[in-house]
Amino acid sequence: MILDEETLELRDMVREFVDNEIIPNAPEYEKKNEFAYPILDVAINEMGLGCLCQPEEFGGAGLSNVAFLTLSEEIARGDLGIATTLFGNCLATYPVLIAGTDEQKKLWFDTLDEKKYAAFCLTEPNAGSDAGGVRTSAVADGDDYVINGTKCFISNGGIAGIYTVLAVTDPKKGVLGLSAFIVERDRDGVSIGKEEDKMGMRLSNTTEVIFDHVRVPKDHLLGKLNRGFKIIMETLDHSRAGVGAFGVGIAQRALEEATKYAKQRVQFGQPVANFQAVQHILADMAIEIECARQAYLHAGELIDAGLPYKMESAIAKTKGSDTAMKCAIDGLQVLGGYGYMKEYPLEKLVRDAKILQIYEGTNQIQRGVIAGCLLKKY
Amino acid sequence: MNILVCVKQVPDTTSIKIDPIKHTLIRTGVPSIVNPYDAYALEMAARIKDAVGGKICALSMGPEMAKDALKECLSVGADEAYLISDRVFGGSDTLATSCIISTAIKLLEEKNGAPFDLIFCGKQAIDGDTGQVGPEIAEHLDRALITYAYESQIEGDAIKVRRESDEGYDMLLAHFPAVVTVEKTPYEPRYPSIKSKMAARKAQITTLTSAEVTVDENSRGLKGSPTKVKSTYTAEVQKNGQTISGLDGSLAGAKIASLLFDAGIIK
Repeated sequence: MILDEETLELRDMVREFVDNEIIPNAPEYEKKNEFAYPILDVAINEMGLGCLCQPEEFGGAGLSNVAFLTLSEEIARGDLGIATTLFGNCLATYPVLIAGTDEQKKLWFDTLDEKKYAAFCLTEPNAGSDAGGVRTSAVADGDDYVINGTKCFISNGGIAGIYTVLAVTDPKKGVLGLSAFIVERDRDGVSIGKEEDKMGMRLSNTTEVIFDHVRVPKDHLLGKLNRGFKIIMETLDHSRAGVGAFGVGIAQRALEEATKYAKQRVQFGQPVANFQAVQHILADMAIEIECARQAYLHAGELIDAGLPYKMESAIAKTKGSDTAMKCAIDGLQVLGGYGYMKEYPLEKLVRDAKILQIYEGTNQIQRGVIAGCLLKKY
Repeated sequence: MNILVCVKQVPDTTSIKIDPIKHTLIRTGVPSIVNPYDAYALEMAARIKDAVGGKICALSMGPEMAKDALKECLSVGADEAYLISDRVFGGSDTLATSCIISTAIKLLEEKNGAPFDLIFCGKQAIDGDTGQVGPEIAEHLDRALITYAYESQIEGDAIKVRRESDEGYDMLLAHFPAVVTVEKTPYEPRYPSIKSKMAARKAQITTLTSAEVTVDENSRGLKGSPTKVKSTYTAEVQKNGQTISGLDGSLAGAKIASLLFDAGIIK
């Protein structure tokens, strides 16, 4: 698709920020094992990139999904950890947008505007791809629900001021006994557990979040009781296209770095970019990237048009993340020995790319989703 | 606080290439940007607005496409923007330009019913590098002028400016209404936000033509421009100065005399 003028201008503006602030500075934070708060402060407070899905009526920019995804690619091109931190806010916000009342949305965005970060709490040690394995419970007690349980691998878990949480409200009904809640970080009984030491995506905060007899008023229930699973599945259908865009961002960065390097690196008396063997690697990367980009843009267009997008979103996620993995590895190959060294960004892109094939539904689960859609259709 | 910031749209000289045969600038495909010193001036103005409140008006002169530069200003702090644009203003040198801009400023001030407390300009534009328009505006409007501001703050009805030089720095104070030209500040201009960028795209920018900005035809365009460019070249920077240190006065004097003698400057 051809992007409109406004989207292109916003993309260029974010690209400038990525080129000037993220690409030169993020590696230093990663090296020091520090969270990149100064970069995120500019992104959130100055540029308003904190929650790109925030609707206009609640103080947001009201971006189209196509624009949102385009900007997501740009930020991931800079650093996946930073992109995941910002995107984590949207992931946590989708259940509120899908099922929340206006009062709940107001509470949500007021808190998010003040505390800057939110987190989506789905995964548990025994509930990864299988949301039916959720053990965290919410029991009605007077005017409240009392929530108990431990969530793990939560992006923004340790920095969020507000959470969306999936919990069991009827243990006998499996996925039809799950409900979604809004929980503020400052409620009694909410605490942060272990912070994960990850292979990549180092600038994303990933922790356990523990709910120990946390009381929330009944108006913190999102949508209907026992209808949480549907909300979460819709959330993931929507957010998957974003993971596809992240994949394209990483792949694009790998292509840019590899191409620049190939033009500079001289072997056998000439730049290695002159060799067809190297040119074909770069060309293949470009082919994959363009296909993956069109895949996420198409999913975004469908969402904007109000058309079904479940399958296309899963395709965008799978294609984008597989492209990221392949292009990061192939880009590293173009740099040869230097690609394997931490001095160059390729090894980081490889470490970062891997998570995209795993989080928000593994690519095996995605293929299951796609096949499910196919079997229904034909 | 009522602030005016004058900005110029210039080619991004960092991406200009030189034609290797004709030795001229290749301007095609070169992006246009807000003159960087004007961007620093706007940021200085925006910080004053953040601190004490007020309104910022951005003013530019140039062809229709200069509206893009004004839209950028609207996305990073300016509240309204005007473009002076008319074919009869084409070919103006710095004197004619400053005369036209000053006339437009008077027009805007009449409309506002009060003079701007502060008028900011960049210290110079990176295409012409003359640094004359800002001071000339101050002269036409008979306002106090501070050039090369590095940092500033508001003190009552005056602006206090720090101006850096090779030897140290000056602290200068000017009462409103005043004109201040700005050099590279210790802070970078802010990024636009998604929302401000979207709003700026849709903003209406008023064009002021020769119908409103009435300047005598001998003071505008080529006719009003005493400057004639005969040729352009990059001047070589010659820094031959030497510092004599570690010697007392008379020995240092003798050393200087012998250096000048050796160089054949004194006999």
